[in-house]
Amino acid sequence: MADWVEACAVDDVDEEDVIRFDHGGRSFAIYRSPEDAFFATDGFCTHEKAHLADGLVMDDIIECPKHNGRFNYKTGQAKGAPVCVNLKTYPVKVEAGKVMIDIG
Amino acid sequence: MTTASGTKRDYSLVGESTRRAIETGLASAEWYHTDVARKTMKELMQRSDSPAIRDTMIWIIAILGSAAGIVWFWGTWWVVPFLFVYGVLYGSSSDSRWHECGHGTAFRTRWMNDVVYHIASFMLMRNPVQWRWSHARHHTDTIIVGRDAEIAVMRPPDLLKAALAFTGILDFRYSLPTLVRQAFGTLSDDEKSYIPQMEQHKAVIAARWHMVVYAATIAVAIALRSWIPLVLIGLPRLYGTWHMVLTGLLQHIGLADNVTDHRLNTRTVYMNPISRFIYWNMNYHVEHHMFPMVPYHALPKLHELIKHDLPVANPSMWHAYREVWPVLLRQLKYEDFYLKRELPPTAKPYRGEFHDLDITAAAAE
Repeated sequence: MADWVEACAVDDVDEEDVIRFDHGGRSFAIYRSPEDAFFATDGFCTHEKAHLADGLVMDDIIECPKHNGRFNYKTGQAKGAPVCVNLKTYPVKVEAGKVMIDIG
Repeated sequence: MTTASGTKRDYSLVGESTRRAIETGLASAEWYHTDVARKTMKELMQRSDSPAIRDTMIWIIAILGSAAGIVWFWGTWWVVPFLFVYGVLYGSSSDSRWHECGHGTAFRTRWMNDVVYHIASFMLMRNPVQWRWSHARHHTDTIIVGRDAEIAVMRPPDLLKAALAFTGILDFRYSLPTLVRQAFGTLSDDEKSYIPQMEQHKAVIAARWHMVVYAATIAVAIALRSWIPLVLIGLPRLYGTWHMVLTGLLQHIGLADNVTDHRLNTRTVYMNPISRFIYWNMNYHVEHHMFPMVPYHALPKLHELIKHDLPVANPSMWHAYREVWPVLLRQLKYEDFYLKRELPPTAKPYRGEFHDLDITAAAAE
C-alpha cells in the first residue's frame, strides 16, 4: 500500500548530488540525477553502516563514503565488491516543488 | 606485556581479541571525522581520469624503459641502476597503484581502476580478491586488534622481522605460498572471516591466474636459459620492495591501537616529490583514512584544509623514524606503550570515552 511522504523541497538537492532524509526511525537517501530526475534509496550502505548521503554521486552511481562501494541509485544494483547486496529503492514523485517518496 | 585488560594481544581475526573488539563496540564503530562542508568535500571527492592517466603513462614508460635497460646491459655493472629503478617501480610503486585503484579513486572510469588494480596486484603477489576485502576491513577497523587484517607491525614489535621486510624476503615467503595454497582452493580461517562466502571462489580463480603467469615465466626462463624473465617478473618483489616498506611502515607504526580516531593511530609525513610519486600521496595518510573518497591528487588540498584539526605532520621520513624508534624499543618490554600524537590548540580534543577502552596504560607524551 502506497505511503507517500514529503522528503524535501526540489531545491534542497543539488544536481548530481544526494541528501539524507530520516522518517519514522528509518533513513533514506534522496538523489537528483544529472538529468534533473529524483530517486530514493535506503540511506545506509548494504555492506556496512555508512550513510550514502555522505557519498559521491557520479552519473547514475552513488559511491559509499566508507569503502567506495558503488550502487546504481536508479535501480539499487550493487556494482561489485565490497558491495554485494542490492540497495532498496523507493518510488519518487515531484509535486508542487516537493519531492515525495513512497515508503510503503 | 599485557593490554590494560590483562590479556595479551591476539592478532588472529577469529580469536579472543576479535571477540573482545566486537563485545566492546570497537568493531565496526563510528569514527571521528573532521568537519568539512559538504560542498567542499564534494569538490574534493570529484574524480578525474587525467591525473591518473598522466601518472600511469609515466609509470609504464619508466617500467618499460628500465626493463629494456636491464635486458640491454645484462651481464655488466651498468645493469645496476636499471635494476634499482625497475625494482622500485615494480615492487614498490605498484603498492600505491593497487591501493588507489582498489578504492576506485585513481581514475573516474571504473575499468581503468580495475585494469591497473589487477596488474598491480599481480606485481605485488597479492590475491586481488582477498586483498580488496582485507583492505575494506582495514578501513572499517583500522588497527583494531583482532579485526584489522593489515597490521604491519604487531606488539610487541618484532624488529628483526621489520628490518627484513625491507628486503622483501618475508613477504615473498608469505605471499607466494599463500597464492599457491589459494590456487589449490584453500582459504584460511582468517581469510574466510573477511571475504564473504559468495566471493571466495573468485579468490581461488584469481590465485590460479597468478600461478599460470608465474609458471609461464619460469618456462620461458628455462627455455631461454636466462634469469632475465624472473628478474623482470616475480623477483622485483624482493629487490624492489624497500621503498614500499620505507613509506608504508610509517602509516601506523608505534601509534595507538584499539582507538576510533585516525588522528591517534595514523600518521601523516611530508615526503620528497619522488617518494610522493611512487607512493601516490599516501603520505597524507590520516587524511586518506578519514576521507577515503578523496583521490590521491586531492589529498594535499585536503591536508591544507583540515590540518588545524590534526596532529602536526612529521616533517620527513627520517624525523618520523627517529621519533618512533625509542617507542618501539620500549614496546619490547611494555607492549601497551605507544606514541600519543599531540593535537594543536585549534583541534577538537580526542574523546576519551572512545579511546580509554584499551589504552589506559602509559602513553608517550
